[in-house]
Amino acid sequence: MQNERTDIPAGVWERCQSCGAMLYREEVEQNLHVCPECGFHRRIDARTRIAQLVDPGTFEEFLDDLTPTDPLKFTDRIPYPERIKSQQKATGEREAVVVGRAYIRGRKVIIGVMNPAFIMASMGAVVGEKVTAAIERATEENLPMIMVTASGGARMQEGMVSLVQMSKTSAALARLDDAGGLYIIVATDPTTAGVAASFASLGDVILAEPGAMIGFAGPRVIANTIKAELPPGFQTAEFMRTHGFVDRIVERKNLRPEIARIIDYCGK
Amino acid sequence: MSNQPNATATGAAGLGASSYLEFEKPLLRIQSEIEELRRREKESDRDVSKDIEEMTNRLRSMTKRMYSHLTPWETVLVARHPQRPLLTDYLRLMVRDFCELAGDRCFGDDRAIITGFGRIGPHKVMLVGHNKGKDTKERIACNFGCAHPEGYRKALLKMRLAAKYGVPVVCLIDTPGAYPGVGSEERGISYAIAVNLMELSRLRTPIVCAVIGEGGSGGALGIGVGDNVAMLEHSFYSVISPEGCAAILWRTGEQRKRAAESLKLTANELKRLGIVDQIIPEPFGGAHRDPATAAANLESHITDTLRELKRYKIETILKKRYERIRSLGSFFESAQSTAQTRARKATAAASRTPARTRRTASRPADPVDAPG
Ligand SMILES: [Zn+2]
Repeated sequence: MQNERTDIPAGVWERCQSCGAMLYREEVEQNLHVCPECGFHRRIDARTRIAQLVDPGTFEEFLDDLTPTDPLKFTDRIPYPERIKSQQKATGEREAVVVGRAYIRGRKVIIGVMNPAFIMASMGAVVGEKVTAAIERATEENLPMIMVTASGGARMQEGMVSLVQMSKTSAALARLDDAGGLYIIVATDPTTAGVAASFASLGDVILAEPGAMIGFAGPRVIANTIKAELPPGFQTAEFMRTHGFVDRIVERKNLRPEIARIIDYCGK
Repeated sequence: MSNQPNATATGAAGLGASSYLEFEKPLLRIQSEIEELRRREKESDRDVSKDIEEMTNRLRSMTKRMYSHLTPWETVLVARHPQRPLLTDYLRLMVRDFCELAGDRCFGDDRAIITGFGRIGPHKVMLVGHNKGKDTKERIACNFGCAHPEGYRKALLKMRLAAKYGVPVVCLIDTPGAYPGVGSEERGISYAIAVNLMELSRLRTPIVCAVIGEGGSGGALGIGVGDNVAMLEHSFYSVISPEGCAAILWRTGEQRKRAAESLKLTANELKRLGIVDQIIPEPFGGAHRDPATAAANLESHITDTLRELKRYKIETILKKRYERIRSLGSFFESAQSTAQTRARKATAAASRTPARTRRTASRPADPVDAPG
């Protein structure tokens, strides 16, 4: 199939959304979906992330059967159940987070990975439940909890049901903490709003991918409030590190050894 | 609810014309007629007291009827009513010997959240509440009730002080949301709220929360985790403002009424969804028509709830608090067949897991411990 605009066979070449370089798709994939020219870290779906992070063949998923309901009977441009169905069809996932047990460089962990491809990994009841249950398993099995976060925030179509997932996940983390459990966060693009203001900020160690957007309020909302331009680099991983809310900026290719190293330092 | 004082009879008649909301126009018309009658009564000798009495009764019953069927958008307007009692009114009407404690020992003193010791009924409490400000100067000083990170840090610091001495915490929620600004992000608004959510879930003292006006998303939740979460009858609690929701989903603020309906943000809806435990009745015609009665109702709710909580050991309170938080908003289903779902639910209940059945089914062996 030919791409009409460029005569370049579709699916073989693509443009970097950051530096604009034309890139050979396979090369980008081999480079963990990071631009070889400028180092831009692209968003990746949960399965791709898991394949990159955990030891091959060790991922054992749980709660993959959970699927959303429609507690508010919410309709915007389309009814919420239809939106869910179309997202499920498009992504092959039932919801915006994947949780399970796995090994990272031989170290057994509980891992959760959010999927920005699914309604921007917004948090509804299923995401809250799966994250909470994963944290509870880490507590019971005395395993490190690794959470790869990415989210646009609350799932508006689930209203307050969505908001209370913030308390639920955070309360489970209090219990993990009480039990001496280790919680490592890998904040990826974008980690914002209700997820940022709950389990994505509560790590014992917080790693972040370069350039990831991390923040609470939307930049447009802030610009409207202060009626001024936002400072350059505002709400990036680097900004958060400068202001003391991220421990380390870690390139994607170094995430596995970095996570393993921290687990070892914490004696887990 | 028990022991709630009845609304006073004078409330509905006492408002000036400018205090009427758009949807209350029919009420305003009757009130104008009553005033007209009174004026004529003075000018002539004719006795119109019967007419006045009849009109006043009509005004009361109409107000009552209107306020028992507020639409979600009307509820939002009432919750934001310029004369609705604020934190400072409840401090005056309900809290004795208030001893404000300021500062987060880190950055400053956020006026959007007020904290301090006080007495409510027979209870010593740590009061934590959003402050919206009564006049323009105050409103600007407290950013219209939108707290910065230092506000949430101050709240946690004072709550920890209270927990150290076994003093229960009372949180009064009334905020459009956490402050969206550069400084707010630089000083870690996400982290400040998140830490509160985690720490309040394990704070070793009873916590009673009530939404008194606007419950604006994470900014409300940051002081909204506890053993009992209630809402005043005409307050609202929402993941996003109706205006914000309309702007995102329908690309226009015009759809805010529709958004208010869709978001299920009223006390009744949230009680039905199990998000809040209780609804505190307001005097008829809303708290702004009779702040004293609103405060009395809130006071008796807080007093009753604290009395009940104080019967339990702190370990029991913490266990119940976790179970309460854990079971919130558990709306999902299994993609397996119904039979499998049933089997799974049975297994889940027998082991440790989630779902709405958790509180009852999953802990049959746990007797509620004796009052101690
Ligand atoms: Zn590039």
